[in-house]
Amino acid sequence: MTTDYRTLAREGIWTNNGVLSMMLGLCPTMAMTNSATNGLGMGLATAAVMTASTLLVSIFRNHFSQEVRIPVFVLIIATTVTIVDMCMNAWMHELYKVLGLFIPLIVVNCLPFARFEMFSAKNSPLPSMADGFFMGVGFTLALTVIGAVREITGSGTLFADASLLLGPAFKFMEMRLLPEDTGILMMILPPGAFLVTGLLLVAKRMIDERSGKAVPVSAAHCAP
Amino acid sequence: MSSQRTLIHGMILGAFCLGFGMLLVMTNGFTVDEIALRAIEDRQNSLAQVIPDSIHDNNLATDTLILKSDQGNEVVAYLATKEGKVTGVAFETSSPGYSGAIKVMLGVDLDGKILGARVLAHKETPGLGDKIEVKKGDWILRFTGLSIGNPPLDKWKVKKDGGQFDQFAGATITPRAVVKAIREGLQFFDANKTKIMEFKADKTQTKNTEADKAPK
Repeated sequence: MTTDYRTLAREGIWTNNGVLSMMLGLCPTMAMTNSATNGLGMGLATAAVMTASTLLVSIFRNHFSQEVRIPVFVLIIATTVTIVDMCMNAWMHELYKVLGLFIPLIVVNCLPFARFEMFSAKNSPLPSMADGFFMGVGFTLALTVIGAVREITGSGTLFADASLLLGPAFKFMEMRLLPEDTGILMMILPPGAFLVTGLLLVAKRMIDERSGKAVPVSAAHCAP
Repeated sequence: MSSQRTLIHGMILGAFCLGFGMLLVMTNGFTVDEIALRAIEDRQNSLAQVIPDSIHDNNLATDTLILKSDQGNEVVAYLATKEGKVTGVAFETSSPGYSGAIKVMLGVDLDGKILGARVLAHKETPGLGDKIEVKKGDWILRFTGLSIGNPPLDKWKVKKDGGQFDQFAGATITPRAVVKAIREGLQFFDANKTKIMEFKADKTQTKNTEADKAPK
């Protein structure tokens, strides 16, 4: 089977997007999107872990039997997350202070498991890594957009504290769009996450329908 | 037959556990010292915010004293010393807020006056209760320089309870908890003042004996 990286990219970022099509990884999506910066940070950490862990699963795909694959997947994702956690704590401590909270949460994300099962366990290392990476990018984009909408409506800022995450060079990203204390508090509290995610799902479906594309089959299971 | 298959699966899983376990041990070995260093640096940074540099010449994070609180919990006190004399102390105090404990690092000088207070960790509602963080507002800075007696003990409350500290619009429980944590911290300092002074005695003694030996 030849791999078409462009298809992988399109699938990961749009047609088969982890959050907005497959509805996976909703726990970190809901919990970590109270600002665009948090969404971006969680997304980037997940993308890094997914790229590394899909590669590992793919390398060992012929060495574990069907019966024990789930425990092996758990082992691989837990190991990758722990290693990323320790390395970031030791050598990227400033970033770790911002992201450190999110990293252990990646273990409970269903998206890597879905990709191990559907892709990495059946494909060679490079395409698997690309799949993990693009799925991670799609996840990052979805989380950043949800975070941005919630942050603008809830606190009136956009990418507040982005320089803490990305370094002082990104100070220009920090914007205040609405005057202080005008935001709707509910949007940065848990209900806002459900509202915004739901509305974005609707928006994506509408764009897909308007462009004449059928709703992908994989999304059918969450359709009514 | 089937038990043999089970055995094989077990061996495969065992091999993976062993391999990845070793990988983790190696990573831990490489990073453990760095992580410990970073933790000390963090501790020093948070201590530097509540104890001004001018009053100490020691390493705050390493000169510690374990004290017992009224509830029987151990409290680590970080001592500021200058030329061997204790000049101040910093310790953590906490009180339950709207959701979960609010931890405050409190720096106090020997007269019981607050050198600085900073919220270390809290889970208050974003946008309402988080104004207690120094980066979201200067509310916490107004405690600097106060002590029990200034204002008097019965004024160590938020205004709603008849005290002198402002609450925020929409949040009373959070500032009430912070005021309580700081008030209790000061009372804890009073109760343990002699022990904190004793630390100085120990320290100067060891220094003196070293100094005595040196010229001979």
